[in-house]
Amino acid sequence: MAQIFHSGFNTLAKLSLVLVVVGPVAIICTASAISRSPHNTKVGAPQDQPIPFSHEHHVNELGIDCRYCHSNVEKSAHATVPPTETCMSCHSQIWTNSPLLEPLRESYRTNTPLKWTQLNKVPEFVYFNHSIHVNRGLNCNICHGPVQQMQLAYKGKAFFMIWCLNCHREPEKYVNDREKLFQLYEKGQKGADKDYGNVTPEERALLNGEEYQRSPEELERGKQLLEKYGVKKKQLADCWICHR
Amino acid sequence: MPPREKLNDSLILGEQSYKTINDKISNIVLNQNKHGIPWFICFVVGFGLLQLLGLAIMWLLYRGIGIWGPNNPVMWGWDIINFVWWIGIGHAGTLISAILLLLKQSWRNSINRFAEAMTLFAVSCAGLYPLLHTGRPYLGYWMFPYPNILGMSPQFRSPLLWDVFAISTYALVSLIFWFVGLVPDLATIRDRSKNPFFRYLFGALAMGWRGATSHWYRYESAYIILAGLSTPLVLSVHSIVSLDFAVSNLPGWHVTIFPPYFVAGAVYAGFAMVLTLAIPVRSWYKLKDFITMRHIDWMAKVMLATGLIVFYGYLCEAFFSWYSGNIFERDMLRFRAFGPYGWAYWSLIFCNGVAIQILWFPKVRQNLVVLFLLSQIVSVGMWLERFVIISVSLTRDFLPSSWGYYTPTMWDIMMFVGTIGQFTFLMFGFIRVLPMVNSFEMKELLYRLKGRGHHGHGHVAHATAGAHGDDSTAGHPAAEGEEN
Repeated sequence: MAQIFHSGFNTLAKLSLVLVVVGPVAIICTASAISRSPHNTKVGAPQDQPIPFSHEHHVNELGIDCRYCHSNVEKSAHATVPPTETCMSCHSQIWTNSPLLEPLRESYRTNTPLKWTQLNKVPEFVYFNHSIHVNRGLNCNICHGPVQQMQLAYKGKAFFMIWCLNCHREPEKYVNDREKLFQLYEKGQKGADKDYGNVTPEERALLNGEEYQRSPEELERGKQLLEKYGVKKKQLADCWICHR
Repeated sequence: MPPREKLNDSLILGEQSYKTINDKISNIVLNQNKHGIPWFICFVVGFGLLQLLGLAIMWLLYRGIGIWGPNNPVMWGWDIINFVWWIGIGHAGTLISAILLLLKQSWRNSINRFAEAMTLFAVSCAGLYPLLHTGRPYLGYWMFPYPNILGMSPQFRSPLLWDVFAISTYALVSLIFWFVGLVPDLATIRDRSKNPFFRYLFGALAMGWRGATSHWYRYESAYIILAGLSTPLVLSVHSIVSLDFAVSNLPGWHVTIFPPYFVAGAVYAGFAMVLTLAIPVRSWYKLKDFITMRHIDWMAKVMLATGLIVFYGYLCEAFFSWYSGNIFERDMLRFRAFGPYGWAYWSLIFCNGVAIQILWFPKVRQNLVVLFLLSQIVSVGMWLERFVIISVSLTRDFLPSSWGYYTPTMWDIMMFVGTIGQFTFLMFGFIRVLPMVNSFEMKELLYRLKGRGHHGHGHVAHATAGAHGDDSTAGHPAAEGEEN
């Protein structure tokens, strides 16, 4: 009887054995790499906005406080996307003819809000509250990246649950003095050459959106702050803290 | 050992040679015209019911599991009942293929392939239920521990997680075991086929099997190792399923007897299903020479033995709930027998305790119609057993304020009927495309039967006149031995 398969199939057969082992591993690794990549998470990728608003210009160059626009960040769950009127408090006086700001003026004329593209979203089942985090001295940049350097706003962190938990399990690595929180941007503004000569290493890392490992003394200070704030670390990583 | 020889003799009937065995078994696949009206009816009915399953699943995914019957306090109903029922049915396959192989029971040879296929298809039906009960089956992989962006690991203290591992291991090992056992037979079909498509298909599946001595040597080692791996699974899978209940504190569930009693029940239900399928199929496909009355008789005996163990389990449960002196346990017994689900309990006692007693009579074990019907009764009985365990305990727990009643909805029923359809569809699909009896093991058995020189025993003696098998068995000890 003639051979059904020619000799080349021997190689194919051996290859198929290799693929059976390597294939699933490769598929799983690829899938997890794609799901963690900026392609999926949109970290670092500016999105289309009705107006090319620059945080760098308004915060670093002009020195406007975060809370001027995000006015409820200390008081409510939402940081507040500023209403058109907030923008118009200046832009009714300056850059009144700029074509870039036409959507803003139209919004004001027609009394319809601007439709900004939301960058940072938590899943529907997560109850996130800005005020509690800000009032425990967590700097904006910890979650949002170096916003004061962004010409066009982009998502700073991927908001994976493991990332939330890293802090909720060891909050002493991140809590800070409540009073000094927004002063950081003033300091950063003075050292606008990005060298930030007058700041601590931790503050420099925050301003540049980098990771920082606290020293034992700083960790001790963090623990004291937890005590001061009355943070119950033990229950901070329980499911119901965020999923209610 | 004369009695054993005598039994062995009747494991193959008629005047058989290697060639006739090959013909009879592989022609079922090679000659596609052999499949008559009965096959067509079963396949079409199975396919139709499978569509019902598809419909039920689609609606379930669209609306959520609220369309099912479970309520408060019955958090799981038909879904877990059917899951346990299907998992149990699969057990006979693993028992026959692994444990009987290690015990060198040659009567397993003609039914093992068939029973292993049954295992796989039953597990595929069972797996659907817990997966769909999660409500988000597309996130089913969350049940496995893998480095994830949630920072979560599964709860290793939960028996539901043990289920995930027990059943996925079971399904995987059963699949590999089944496939490895198929390889020499796939080669036989490849060699005998005239159809180029079949030759390519079975050639690819046979993975270059030439029947060389080295092939057989490796095959035997691999098969024994796999049998060794499967053997603990026969005991572990249903034990772990039973822990889903036994680990909780609910009266009627919190009993140490559950693991052995579930395993016995699984083997019992499994043999009932093997009989349900084997009795019609052996006559439709003229396999009476291979699946003999001796096989049927022994399967009936295993069913009787395991059935008695199960019934002993019921008696123990009843005794211990009385003997415990615990008011909740005692009331559980009362609610089972005389509560709102009393009908189910007494039907269960009838099916699993009373009806099977007729198997003590050899005449009944030889009566195929009675045996077929009895297998159905056993399947119903085992289903009722799970129904009683789940419904009664959940609707009558410690607090009378949380007592309730459970009724399935039409979607529960559709799911169940649908999985029966899936099982039938897969089973009859399997019969058509793969050799349902292990032909090389039958040839080996034939060699062993006649090779001992007891020419006086039965018809098998005539088999020596036959020709060799075909190429694929050339190097096999059975085929070689004939030349000596």
